[in-house]
Amino acid sequence: MTGSGSNGANGVNPDKDVNASNLPGQRGDQGEAIRVQRGMFGANNGGDTSGYGGLVRPVRLPGASSRPYGGWFDEVADELEGALEEQGLVPEHAIEKTVVDRGEITFHIAREHLPRVARTLRDDPALRFELCTGVSGVHFPGDKGRELHAVYHLRSITHNRLIRLEVSAPDADPHVPSIVSVYPTNDWHERETYDFFGIVFDGHPALTRIMMPDDWQGYPQRKDYPLGGIPVEYKGAQIPAPDERRSYS
Amino acid sequence: MTASYEQPHAPQQAPERETTEGRVFTVTGGDWDELAETVGKADDEHIVVNMGPQHPSTHGVLRLILEIEGETVTEARCGIGYLHTGIEKNMEYRTWTQGSTFVTRMDYLTPLFNEAAYALAVEKLLGITDQIPERANVIRVLMMELNRISSHLVAIATGGMELGATTIMIYGFRDRELILDAFELITGLRMNHAYIRPGGLAQDLPPGAVDHVRELVRKFRKNLPEYDALATGNPVFKGRMQDVGYLDLSGCMALGATGPILRAAGLPHDLRKAQPYCGYENYEFDVPTAETCDAYGRFLVRLEEMRQSLRIVEQCLDRLEPGPVMVADKKIAWPAQLALGPDGLGNSLDHIKKIMGTSMEALIHHFKLVTEGFRVPPGQAYTAVESAKGELGVHVVSDGGTRPHRVHFRDPSFTNLQTMAAMCEGGMVADVIVAVASIDPVMGGVDR
Repeated sequence: MTGSGSNGANGVNPDKDVNASNLPGQRGDQGEAIRVQRGMFGANNGGDTSGYGGLVRPVRLPGASSRPYGGWFDEVADELEGALEEQGLVPEHAIEKTVVDRGEITFHIAREHLPRVARTLRDDPALRFELCTGVSGVHFPGDKGRELHAVYHLRSITHNRLIRLEVSAPDADPHVPSIVSVYPTNDWHERETYDFFGIVFDGHPALTRIMMPDDWQGYPQRKDYPLGGIPVEYKGAQIPAPDERRSYS
Repeated sequence: MTASYEQPHAPQQAPERETTEGRVFTVTGGDWDELAETVGKADDEHIVVNMGPQHPSTHGVLRLILEIEGETVTEARCGIGYLHTGIEKNMEYRTWTQGSTFVTRMDYLTPLFNEAAYALAVEKLLGITDQIPERANVIRVLMMELNRISSHLVAIATGGMELGATTIMIYGFRDRELILDAFELITGLRMNHAYIRPGGLAQDLPPGAVDHVRELVRKFRKNLPEYDALATGNPVFKGRMQDVGYLDLSGCMALGATGPILRAAGLPHDLRKAQPYCGYENYEFDVPTAETCDAYGRFLVRLEEMRQSLRIVEQCLDRLEPGPVMVADKKIAWPAQLALGPDGLGNSLDHIKKIMGTSMEALIHHFKLVTEGFRVPPGQAYTAVESAKGELGVHVVSDGGTRPHRVHFRDPSFTNLQTMAAMCEGGMVADVIVAVASIDPVMGGVDR
């Protein structure tokens, strides 16, 4: 941890004062480690001449929040937990963790409970998330055992709220239950996420590729799938393909 | 293809061939009589029509697969993906700022909505939403509302053309061109602007832009009633549009339809009112609705939305105060000063001379921000704007680097196009065209 020992801006140590209000996201040991940054600038090719080439720093997503979440977040969380209990489900089994970050609330749901949670969120009068805006896949190759994430945003027009559900699946078993039976709009969205990330939505009425040709090999938006491209000439110089250029991360 | 030199209009494919799935006819243009005669002799009426992906009335490269019995559509499906360009993947290999030039090309009829939604998402991740200067927000609203008018004009124009109403098409494109002229004056380009950037705008309004837009509003006050006169009360137009492409409120909610489709089903849901962004809470405007749930209702909603957009544009012009159009934070704000050079818009030569000649720190700063880009703290964010077509959502994930880890666009065209089957099945084959036109899908946005 390179940051320990030295204080950052405003006397805040991002790795120790994890709840400081002027940090954009929570740091410290919480949250999922998604990658490791090396060097001063994170350049991934070419030498690092800064003299700080040996720096190693794990990068973490914002970690779980504790109560109170603030605003209407607590109301939604209470109602959801109550409604799940009524159905004989232990809320802690279904909701793995709750993250509040940047004014948004994310419920991490155990994948086997996703359809029940989604149905509850849609039908419970105090929740009423009528509109699902689809699913977005995210691939974290460094998040071992949870490489593939499916992220859903649900909007309640009745209560004017928006929440996020996130489920994860390991690369070795890329299955997530489909919620097309709850939100028919997810039909194409789940096909798209299957097409690009290879997440298999069990129970989808016809899970086929939607953008890529039917006989396409591989899942193009996974991180290990190359972008491709050819060098081009610009004002006399050879410009390498985008994924061959020097990059910082 | 030597034969085609001798007979330039000869059909390029045999009109009829046998396959394992049955007989396949390739029909282009004037072969319908021959087809009707052959099919009339066949023992069943069950036909699968494959329309597109290259067809003048399918709104770009949309492929429609229609199963018909006589003139009734029994099943309708869409084939999409013919315009997939991998924009979301490409953005993972560019800096956050460069992303603007990609998203503007998705739904090419609503470029400024794409840019605004993306910029708002990046700003939310950076935690600088409150620091965007007032002038930048007013100009963003101004540009988005002009863009709403131009997008609705294309929807009405191409929809009319597909019904055979070519006058509507000419009028719509004539008026859209006025807006594109204003865009060209302000951003330098008619389309693909990359004008709204994370942190603010690429540059301020040029001299004369405010007067130009005021003149534009005046012209539109005169031109918009022409659509009423041409179409709104036109019995032929109403006859083709009314009760066609029916989708009620529960159908809209289940299928995720938003925008004019949802508002034509009677629900006044508009993100500009429900979850205001860019200061929309400070503007006065109404959210028009219709109760008819059909293509005609969607036409009326679009027409009224254009009038409301004009109201907002006028309020924007009145609210414009001098000031910066980019955040003050020099670690995020694009360092360049742009100027019009002999090869188009680029870095101002005066600015280059200053940083090259007088300030090493400014030069380093410029170099770092342009080549490396700014870092965005790890996390994810979702922002949505009310684009001309509905809820345009952006889900961005950062891994703390100078490039997005993932950008996903929930394009309203993509989601709304799913309603095509519900609108068309059980109807006449000729009404499919009207229903699809009333959805107003743009394949650049659908396929991305």
